[in-house]
Amino acid sequence: MQFLIDNFAALTVTGLTLGAIYALVALGYTLVYGVLRLINFAHSEVFMYGTFAALWVVMLLGGRPGAGVGPVVFWVAMMFVAAMAVSGLIAVLLERVAYRPLRKRNAPPLIALISAIGASFVLAEIMGLRSRIVAWVGLEENLRDYVRNSRNNAGMPTIISPQPIFTVGGYNVTNVDIFVIIGAIVLMVVLDQFVKRSRLGRGIRAVAMDPEAAALMGVNRDRVIQVTFLVGGVMAGAAAAFYMLKIGITRYDAGFILGVKAFTAAVLGGIGNLRGALVGGFVLGLAENYGSALVGSQWKDVVAFVLLILILLFRPTGLLGESLGKARA
Amino acid sequence: MSTAATARPQDSGPGFRERVDNLPTAAKILLWALFAVFLFLLPLLNIPFITTEGSDFGGVLFTVATYVLVALGLNIVVGYAGLLDLGYVGFYAIGAYTVGVLSAEHGKLSWVVVVPLAIVAAMISGVILGAPTLRVRGDYLAIVTLGFGEIVRLTLVNLEYLGGAQGISNIPKPPGLELFEVPSIDWSSGAPVVDLDTTSTFLKFGINDFVPYYWLALVVIGLVLLFDILVKDSRVGRAWEATREDEDAAELMGVPTFRFKLLAFALGAAIGGLSGALFATKSGFINPQSFELLLSILFLAAVVVGGAGNRWGVIVGAIVVSYFPERFREFADFRVLVFGLALMLLAIFRPQGLLPPRRTVRAKRADDRQAVLEEGEASV
Repeated sequence: MQFLIDNFAALTVTGLTLGAIYALVALGYTLVYGVLRLINFAHSEVFMYGTFAALWVVMLLGGRPGAGVGPVVFWVAMMFVAAMAVSGLIAVLLERVAYRPLRKRNAPPLIALISAIGASFVLAEIMGLRSRIVAWVGLEENLRDYVRNSRNNAGMPTIISPQPIFTVGGYNVTNVDIFVIIGAIVLMVVLDQFVKRSRLGRGIRAVAMDPEAAALMGVNRDRVIQVTFLVGGVMAGAAAAFYMLKIGITRYDAGFILGVKAFTAAVLGGIGNLRGALVGGFVLGLAENYGSALVGSQWKDVVAFVLLILILLFRPTGLLGESLGKARA
Repeated sequence: MSTAATARPQDSGPGFRERVDNLPTAAKILLWALFAVFLFLLPLLNIPFITTEGSDFGGVLFTVATYVLVALGLNIVVGYAGLLDLGYVGFYAIGAYTVGVLSAEHGKLSWVVVVPLAIVAAMISGVILGAPTLRVRGDYLAIVTLGFGEIVRLTLVNLEYLGGAQGISNIPKPPGLELFEVPSIDWSSGAPVVDLDTTSTFLKFGINDFVPYYWLALVVIGLVLLFDILVKDSRVGRAWEATREDEDAAELMGVPTFRFKLLAFALGAAIGGLSGALFATKSGFINPQSFELLLSILFLAAVVVGGAGNRWGVIVGAIVVSYFPERFREFADFRVLVFGLALMLLAIFRPQGLLPPRRTVRAKRADDRQAVLEEGEASV
């Protein structure tokens, strides 16, 4: 308890930073669930590919600690572009290969989950076996730095060195923390406005509300679903770039635990509800940090899972209720 | 297509079932007995190609047998009651750790006592998890159980009382008998020769020869299968089926669906705990790494690949999932990749599994006929 009080500010800021990342990944789950009533089990791999895209772009551009402002801005911008592009692409590909054929055959939801689990394994293993795959193609000389120890952690150079900006309750809030939190909130607002105002956003809401009526009104369902996956993937890519800036280490199986946490955040806020994902992400990040301060950091993941079970028991619709279709707009 | 519901799972040619059904009872019993003897002698026959090269075949067969057992248990939950459980490894771990804690870490209870205790412990944990969570929607249940499996594993890692990350070692062996030696067969000269030097002692639970453990697991599978057949054909089995097909309709017909779902969960958990107990017995040493989430997914895959709801199907599924990776160890690096691809292909091309339950096949055919009729009317 004393530890929690002493480090309250530090726990709050790191909780919010992690929560922002959870929230961005949670958007992918929430969007897809809203439109398809389906848990996209492989979304965690979409995030993982984003982390690698961010890492490789920085390596490719020769990112190193302690550079001037100009190069750093360039590297960070390229990180986001690469991560968002790769994650978006993987998400769309996933929809094409793992979900669309099932939808055409009217398969039961359990089968979609099995297909998603399969896709998740395939994506993670391709990354885990990348050194072998590259060796087959005969590029191991050129790509050695990128594929080395493909089953182990891959670290990124700290291109933004954490500088304290201001101090709250004895904790130095760094530029990275602020960037992650503000950046995530900005992206969420942009997405919220996109769903609220744009033509495609209206299509997404229409399909979420009533797929058949939407189809009768001339909404192209397949296209809407594709856009939904793309948007979810792009958000996961942004989350991946933030994650690499804050944590800096990734692995072929890094997506799994983060995916489960993000899903927890989505359920916590009310799955299918965009603002719920934001709230759920922050609540989860904070609860996890405070909880692990109380019972020990080795129990951090247990706190998240227990929270998930409790939420599902006592408020299965989440904090803000589930509504993508009913999103007041 | 007809499924081999009365005979060995490998044979499923059309007409096979009818032919077996038409045999006189005495012949059927004889066939069954012969098949059972064959299964018991399988590790000693050393049949070329089937036998695994790199690893001890008795041990591999034991692993296959535990998967079969787990698949039978999970089939009750997923196949009969239609509840998606992604944390089944939690019950498996609880069974194994009950044996480890009570017979090695904090007690010296005999094996005969701890195995029933392990079953009871797993069953109780199933009720504790199921009572609150079975009310949530189907896809949420998947995530809750996934969380449960991870909570169990992380608790095992973090609690020093349960051995922490090192786990528990020196789990005692079951009491044995050492009655007689069973010779094995040597194929190295090209033709089968009885090899009297390489033998397995009947019911000596040692540390080098895993064949007696396999025999033990086979007996347990036989008992569980018998139980499974009796329960499935009873009122309980029909209530599960009704609940799975349409919960609201079942409830309206007077089926207390929640109670039956909980029963399925508890029975499935009990069988999971039993398999975990067998695993702990055979390996003599357990740690949290033996209970990774991947195992839950593999268990579920065994059920779905084989055909959820058909006990012979899930046995085939379990054999596919556990035996092929052992047999083709040289491709071990790629097995998860291949496995993931197989799951995706299966979902697209054979969503009912390799051997779906007969009723599912009939229902699907009826659906198709209905669809044709409706389409036909619509187009006229």
